[in-house]
Amino acid sequence: MKAIAVLKNVTRTFTNRTVLDKVNLQILTGEILTLLGPNGSGKTTLLKILASILRPTDGEIYFDGVKVTEQNVERMRMQSTLVFQKTVLFNGTVYDNIAYGLRIRRVPEKEINYKVTQILKLVRLEGFEKRSARKLSGGEQQRVALARALALDIRLLLLDEPTANLDPKNASIVEEVIATVNREHKITIVMATHNMFQAKTLPQRIALMSDGKITEVGTPAEIFGKLSKNLASFAVVGNTFAGTAEITEDGITLVDIGNDVQIAATAQSSGKVSVFISPEDIILSKDRFSSSARNIFKGRITEILDLDSVVRLKVDVGKPFIVQITKRSFNDMELNLNTEVYLAFKASSVQTI
Amino acid sequence: MSISSGLIAIFLFFSIDPRIIEITLRSLFVSGSAALIAALWGVPIATIIAMKNFHGKFFIKTIFNSLIGIPTVALGFLLFLAFSRESGPLGFLRLLYTPTAVIIGEAILITPIIVSWAISAIEAVDPEIANLAKTLGASESQASFAVLKEALEGIFLAGIASFNRAIGELGIAQFVGGFIYGQTELLTTGIWIELQLNNIGASIALMMILLTTVFTINLALNTIKRMRGRE
Repeated sequence: MKAIAVLKNVTRTFTNRTVLDKVNLQILTGEILTLLGPNGSGKTTLLKILASILRPTDGEIYFDGVKVTEQNVERMRMQSTLVFQKTVLFNGTVYDNIAYGLRIRRVPEKEINYKVTQILKLVRLEGFEKRSARKLSGGEQQRVALARALALDIRLLLLDEPTANLDPKNASIVEEVIATVNREHKITIVMATHNMFQAKTLPQRIALMSDGKITEVGTPAEIFGKLSKNLASFAVVGNTFAGTAEITEDGITLVDIGNDVQIAATAQSSGKVSVFISPEDIILSKDRFSSSARNIFKGRITEILDLDSVVRLKVDVGKPFIVQITKRSFNDMELNLNTEVYLAFKASSVQTI
Repeated sequence: MSISSGLIAIFLFFSIDPRIIEITLRSLFVSGSAALIAALWGVPIATIIAMKNFHGKFFIKTIFNSLIGIPTVALGFLLFLAFSRESGPLGFLRLLYTPTAVIIGEAILITPIIVSWAISAIEAVDPEIANLAKTLGASESQASFAVLKEALEGIFLAGIASFNRAIGELGIAQFVGGFIYGQTELLTTGIWIELQLNNIGASIALMMILLTTVFTINLALNTIKRMRGRE
């Protein structure tokens, strides 16, 4: 398959700190490539360089075989666009936001009108044209940002943690749109994420990043199949635990992850495994309640991170779990640091790697 | 203040006195022009200072902040020396005691307000806005314009504050405008000169007109801003 973009020995330093270190990467036309790595591994910087809004300190970038230079950088920007992790919107209506890039490209207003309507349908925000963009919910804002990028006839779509701060409903809409535009519109997509589950299901290829370097590139099966040291070390940050699995008599896999914590999973596996639980799949309550969930743990909140519309909590149940709840739930439940809580999740929500 | 002065003030305030109308219109023209000129050179200066990183940036910002409080008498006197027809370096322009000299002086006076406030407004814009514009295909200048558009409300407030400072100042108007009847007389100089002539009623009437004018213009501009915000 032909490469749409090629990075050769790309290095980027910020005041003596090397954020990208001699990165070599080929992005193949029509693929979804995921940059998987922990925070600070250089994913965002790499995306900004691919979007031509940040120049590398050293190295070369080729787009469709043409070297990106200071002279042609503005022309190259027309070929790709980046959707930021933190949603950034212009002050104005949803229509104005989506029309911005089209107006820059001097598309006639009649055509802009048609495109805005079509693209809002795609992200399931029909009729939102006249709404003030900054007054929408966090999830809706991120969908407007995605729509604004998709309205342009670009060939390379760059997404920085597109579902990181979203509730499950908005996250699944965004994931569906990403898959649709790649499949039907043949747009090449490079997506940064530290969500292991997303990395396992969405892309055709994964590039593992660590300390500004690309350590491995391969298909999800290749990357997760061998569970490299790099992947295992990074996985510690996001509800991924290494342990020993054993299949019980009733067909459930029990994974002992240490500190007296055993996780029940539906996937049949035994021996050394890693398990991953998406933060959105964990239900948090202040009281123990009866449910069908096979995994119920008691713990204390050790960290609270406010992410606009959602709140991310770290709960210590013997092992640290990341839980994501809406801001409203967080306020209603009057949660604080050290509050005693219960975590519950289904055995089917446990991904084994 | 005697009762008769008060009555004269009220009478003049509500009467359509040609001289008072002329002074009011001249004040609006002079201060409005000064605010426009200051914005024309102040906003680009503020944009460059706010959006570029260079050595001495903090020092330049501090200078502009300090100049906001410059005494109008001091600036008026300096401009008087500069425009002085006999010995001033700009005397050949023959601007002393003209509305143009007052416009230039007031524009210089309010430039630090425009620059400092506009810098604050631009720096308050999300730093990713410029990158967002660029990734959507904008050139460097179009991206800068996108940032300016986001900072418009702050720049608008800077404009209102500058106009208020210009229309209410006396020092520069006195030194470089003088009190030429029918030519350079403004609301502030009018108040002062009428007071010197012991026409307390006329002074009060001009003061009331000055305050009413400032209030009305601010109310109108803020209403427009509010209506645009609701769109």
